[in-house]
Amino acid sequence: MKKLLLATVASAAMVTAAYADDVKIGVFLGFTGPIESLVAQMGPGAEAAIAEVSASGKFMNGSTVTAVRADTTCVDAAAATSAAERLITSDKVSGIVGGDCSGVTTATLTNVAMPNGMVMISPSATSPALSTIEDNGLFFRTAPSDARQGVVMSNIILERGFKSVALTYTNNDYGKGLADAFAAAYEAAGGEVTINTSHEDGKADYSAEVGALAAAGGDILVVAGYLDQGGKGIIQASLDTGAFDTFVLPDGMVGDSLPEAIGSDLNGSFGQAPGSDSEGAARLATISGDAFDSTSPFAGESYDAAALILLAMQAASSTNPADYKGKVFDVANAPGEQILPGELGKALDILASGGEIDYVGASNVELIGAGESAGNYREIEIKGAKISTVGYR
Amino acid sequence: MEDLLNAFLLMSNFVFVPAIAYGSQLALGAVGVTLVYGILRFSNFAHGDTMAFGTMIVILFTWWFQSMGINLGPLPTALLALPFGIIVTAIFLLGSDKLIYRFYREQKAAPVIYLIASVGIMFVLNGVVRFIIGPNDQRFADGERFIVKAREMKQYLGTAEGVSIKVSQGLTVITAIIVVIALFWFLNKTRTGKSMRAFSDNEDLALLSGISPDKVVAVTWILVAILATVAGTLYGLDKSFKPFTYFQLLLPIFASAIVGGLGNPLGAIAGGFVIAFSEIMITYPYKKFVAYVVPGDWKPEGLVQLLATDYKFAVSFIILVLVLLFRPTGIFAGKSV
Repeated sequence: MKKLLLATVASAAMVTAAYADDVKIGVFLGFTGPIESLVAQMGPGAEAAIAEVSASGKFMNGSTVTAVRADTTCVDAAAATSAAERLITSDKVSGIVGGDCSGVTTATLTNVAMPNGMVMISPSATSPALSTIEDNGLFFRTAPSDARQGVVMSNIILERGFKSVALTYTNNDYGKGLADAFAAAYEAAGGEVTINTSHEDGKADYSAEVGALAAAGGDILVVAGYLDQGGKGIIQASLDTGAFDTFVLPDGMVGDSLPEAIGSDLNGSFGQAPGSDSEGAARLATISGDAFDSTSPFAGESYDAAALILLAMQAASSTNPADYKGKVFDVANAPGEQILPGELGKALDILASGGEIDYVGASNVELIGAGESAGNYREIEIKGAKISTVGYR
Repeated sequence: MEDLLNAFLLMSNFVFVPAIAYGSQLALGAVGVTLVYGILRFSNFAHGDTMAFGTMIVILFTWWFQSMGINLGPLPTALLALPFGIIVTAIFLLGSDKLIYRFYREQKAAPVIYLIASVGIMFVLNGVVRFIIGPNDQRFADGERFIVKAREMKQYLGTAEGVSIKVSQGLTVITAIIVVIALFWFLNKTRTGKSMRAFSDNEDLALLSGISPDKVVAVTWILVAILATVAGTLYGLDKSFKPFTYFQLLLPIFASAIVGGLGNPLGAIAGGFVIAFSEIMITYPYKKFVAYVVPGDWKPEGLVQLLATDYKFAVSFIILVLVLLFRPTGIFAGKSV
């Protein structure tokens, strides 16, 4: 009896200690689903920032921070909503890094985050619709809006001398938003979009879709889809029928699994994904080690999203979303001392002593508008069945 | 002349070649459905998932062979694994017959009860396949990918259009022809085949003349295993293997069998091609084709597409409804139980 009592007291003490000192951050990404190969790098990216802050011992008078994973599935809004609810009500997280895909992010923001007053910083939701969504100041993203990516992609294509493209997009918020943004920018710059049509993910055979794209014509094919899903199917069917030889790959299509699956036929295709050649990106590469690939799309953005939440908490001296949501802009933008990956401990010190910081991070974070990154893109080209970086813009 | 050649090549590349391959796959599936309907007298809803099950076994054997370095050179290794897939599927089907259908046969149950039982088996198979190999896409094709590449053909002929024929498409058509010829030879020339047809035509009379019903049933399931595994493997090689798409195949397969006349193998083959050609031809945009065929600059502005490609499955439905309205027993007279 005595032992039992002791054990109870001891465990109660532990629980109380954890409650006082352990801050939980939700890592809310699509660990399964169409972008699972990207999330395999994004999740550890976010967790690296969390671990760095926690290990520094300088966060909120020595509090520790733990990451709690939850799965958005990228496509299933119902599953994502209940996963987010679990994060908030059962795991009691103080902030959420995520979601990843635009559709599920919109759904969880309106259905879960806003009613619960929870801050969400998404590393990869890029739909232009999220710029204007009602969010009570709770939603930020370290990824740029696709309105910006549309312009960048249009410039890259025109600079390479292609005046006419066929365009297909995955039939969801991300695909439609990017396709519309691109088509508007490209046509304004004098290009011709011969066809702008959607495709469904998860089909066995895309030859009929490719038939329609080929009938419309165009020098190259822009595939605003997912590399593990219909996007790959469209490219494979286009190569099989000889309909298109060169493809433009926006962020959802940039990943190593695509050239691995298609092979050398993909050589010469090009595209862009968020990323920058800043000092921050190089720093992240040195601290990532074997844990994750810091050049994978959105891995740096994930690190930055987690870092921003924690720095804003430190600046507000509170883990309550209502208190720290107003500090996100302050820590992300000038004035203040510039902070790169690996310097989160220094940033925590500055904030604790009442100073100001300008978080630069791995992706040159500069929040604009409603709280989204201004956007830096890495232009890529497939050479020798590998993704190689051409430049940054 | 050049334009007409281009138009023909264009249509071959995007319509004829894919439709012939898809039609062969549907035909093989539909013959399996029609055999069960003709001889065992029920609509086997588990057929799509039987195809998935057979293909899964073939894929597992293919991976095993690949890991041992066994291959067929330019041909996919899956061909080598096919007999093993057929054997396992046949064992599974005979087992399910013994466990489930035999009970209803002894009760002389109505066909609708068999149908519901087959729906149950379909769900079980659904789960088994996902449990073993997972719900995702699986790649198992190897060897050469193309017989003719569109790009090379363009250079060779000097035309604007080329035709590409994949190895999987060629294989599909050749295998389908061999399997169908063998099946008809079996049904028409061998003693067992003849007894199966007798059983199908008049069960009581067949039993009176000493035909063993157990043997007929067992041979039917073995034939179904061969047809389902071959059809599933060819479809997987040509397109991709994903359990859910095999489940979806059930609709076009049944449409093929019903359009051709349920219980009539010849009709099932014709039905397969009717469905495949209509699905593809109705959703194909003819813009480029018209541009080649009409003189001068009459290139149409729109895509000249009857239905968006998203409505592919709707085409099977529409044909099904039309045939059932105007010729309820199918194009070739089938039976209606």
